[in-house]
Amino acid sequence: MLLGVGVLGSAYKGEIKYLQIIDESGNADDSLFPRDLADPKVIEMYKAMMLARAIDTKILSLQRQGRTATYAPGLGEEAVQIGSAMAMRKEDIFVPAFRQGGVYLVRGLPMEVLLLYWMGYEEGNIIPKEVNGFPMAVPVSTQMPHSAGIAFAQMYKSRDVAVVSYVGDGGTSEGDFYEALNFAGVWKAPLVAIIQNNQWAISVPRSKQSAARTLAQKAIAAGINAVQVDGNDVVAVYSAVRDAIENSKKGPTLIECVTYRIGMHTTSDDPTKYRSDSEVEEWKGKDPILRIKAYLSKRGAWDDTKEKALVEEQAKTVDDMVEKAEAFKPDPKNIFEHVYGSVSETLKKEMNEAEASYFWQGEI
Amino acid sequence: MMLANMVTAINNALELLLRENEEVVLLGEDIGKDGGVFRVTEGLFDKFGERRVIDTPLAESGIIGTAIGMALSGLRPIPEIQFAGFMYLGFSQLVNHAARYRSRTRATRTVPMVVRTPVSGGVRSLEHHSESPEALYSHAGGLVVLEPSNPYDAKGLLIKAGRGGDPVLFLEPTRLYRLFKQEIPEEAYEVPIGKANILSEGEDLTIITYGTMIPVVKDVVEKRKLSAEVVDLRTINPLDNETIVESAKKTGRVLVVHEAPRSFGVGAEVAAVIAEEAMFELQAPVIRVGAPSMPYPFPGYEKYYVPNEKKISDAVSRLLSL
Ligand SMILES: Cc1ncc(C[n+]2csc(CCOP(=O)(O)OP(=O)(O)O)c2C)c(N)n1
Ligand SMILES: [Mg+2]
Repeated sequence: MLLGVGVLGSAYKGEIKYLQIIDESGNADDSLFPRDLADPKVIEMYKAMMLARAIDTKILSLQRQGRTATYAPGLGEEAVQIGSAMAMRKEDIFVPAFRQGGVYLVRGLPMEVLLLYWMGYEEGNIIPKEVNGFPMAVPVSTQMPHSAGIAFAQMYKSRDVAVVSYVGDGGTSEGDFYEALNFAGVWKAPLVAIIQNNQWAISVPRSKQSAARTLAQKAIAAGINAVQVDGNDVVAVYSAVRDAIENSKKGPTLIECVTYRIGMHTTSDDPTKYRSDSEVEEWKGKDPILRIKAYLSKRGAWDDTKEKALVEEQAKTVDDMVEKAEAFKPDPKNIFEHVYGSVSETLKKEMNEAEASYFWQGEI
Repeated sequence: MMLANMVTAINNALELLLRENEEVVLLGEDIGKDGGVFRVTEGLFDKFGERRVIDTPLAESGIIGTAIGMALSGLRPIPEIQFAGFMYLGFSQLVNHAARYRSRTRATRTVPMVVRTPVSGGVRSLEHHSESPEALYSHAGGLVVLEPSNPYDAKGLLIKAGRGGDPVLFLEPTRLYRLFKQEIPEEAYEVPIGKANILSEGEDLTIITYGTMIPVVKDVVEKRKLSAEVVDLRTINPLDNETIVESAKKTGRVLVVHEAPRSFGVGAEVAAVIAEEAMFELQAPVIRVGAPSMPYPFPGYEKYYVPNEKKISDAVSRLLSL
């Protein structure tokens, strides 16, 4: 028999499943609905999504008044953030990109800390221990290898802890993304990597980011589990993340959540330059908040009176956040004191010079 | 002549390069339809199409690495990295390949490529958007590093770089992008690489600087009515040693000013060149002004970080008193 002659066999065949539990009009598929998810918890999800949106709206208006630096809102992407965060156990650790304000919220970060970040202070990166989360990562996808390393450390220390990391659709093009999945796969580390696919990376559409039909299928090359989820269905996100966390002892999972960036990329961006209003309008019709509200209303678990009370209460919460954050007084010493474990001679000298020059006002 | 700020000057240079040479291609994140996050490539996508003005996937190593491949194959890529802070993701391609290709192949293969990227701070940007990494890349060797401070130089240097044969980093200070306008020629012209620009002649001291610090230094000189020779380096690597040394010999007192951290920076190199070539003609030691020796802070703290008029003026006083 001649070597190399024969019929081509199949070396590998992959498939990516798609999960939706509540459809766009708010009807649930009971066969898929997570059994542990009773109305009170769904209401909690709804409230958190509403609060995330109220915070976004507030910070956007602060930004326009010059009271924050550039801001990246998560409008329309609340289901991914809230569903995944609610699925985490207290001890699970999250590793965000920069559009996961709702995750911080659910995990208990005092919201004024988040606002301090956007106001332009490192103090906004002081995440209390019990939140079990890391600061934002601005260089796209660079947090992904960390999350694989953090997952390795949990395994190493024999902790029953899963690590949930976030990356955008654009972020899946970076080398760091692939390297992270590959390491996690080789190590069978307890990692749940979530792609918050909002269809856009600033002006670059999903179709120009990758020729792959789904982003979830990038997991196949790393030999890890994957699923694509309707990212505007908070229950589907919750369910997929919860399952992945349960499975994390056996190895990592990649979850692609298909959602949409309703707002601008950041406040420095003008999306009318590169996308059509009709596309945005179409997605507004799939609003994740309206969907879960429709579900709850149909069940008689939510009504206008409750809604009105919620909106009023959350407005107060948001004002309180602003008041606390704006009370913060930056001290220039803060930037010198933590560069190294101890302040170097050079930095001491520079700190003294800074005091002389930076508090100066008026003429030279 | 045309009235241009730095954004329009660079845009115009890119257009002229695209027009004069079919081999020129632009690639980067959001440079096409969006016209770049600073609008530097505005209109070029419409004029030259997606074949020559390419919106890439989000991957800096990919952008620089593929640009190197294009350059090795007869094209003249001009990649844009959205912010200098994200060029670190392509650092390996720049230092391991772009910087060495010519030398390690004994000039049988070259990388004619101009990597454009915005640098420096002072505009309240988020983390990683305000880097001043010129010393890092200059230290690598093999990479030409340019940093214009005005529209005229920006256009002329970019055209010179785009027609040349070496890998060039073209650093664009965001703070200067729209700070002022200048009359510049409409047609293509070149500003020489490796040649500093003496902005003002003076007798009492020399201030060597570049990029974002130019307007701040100018203000200090004007307000204090100093007789200062202000040298705009324009090219960081290769450094114009001749102009630096001549001016140092002439005034005998030298201040070097940059926004990048003082330690291990361009100022150290300039001071060393002067120490080696003009030590005995100095009246005082060379003094450096730079940011504190640490990464760029969050925007709420940048006013305590970026050198200001007072810091520069105090250094001038010290230098003149020595
Ligand atoms: C390494 C790197 N390159 C470029 C940027 C500039 N930038 C910030 S966000 C962004 C797009 C990110 O898209 P995606 O990953 O889909 O996340 P999204 O913003 O949509 O949440 C870009 C190009 C960056 N922050 N980091
Ligand atoms: Mg995106």
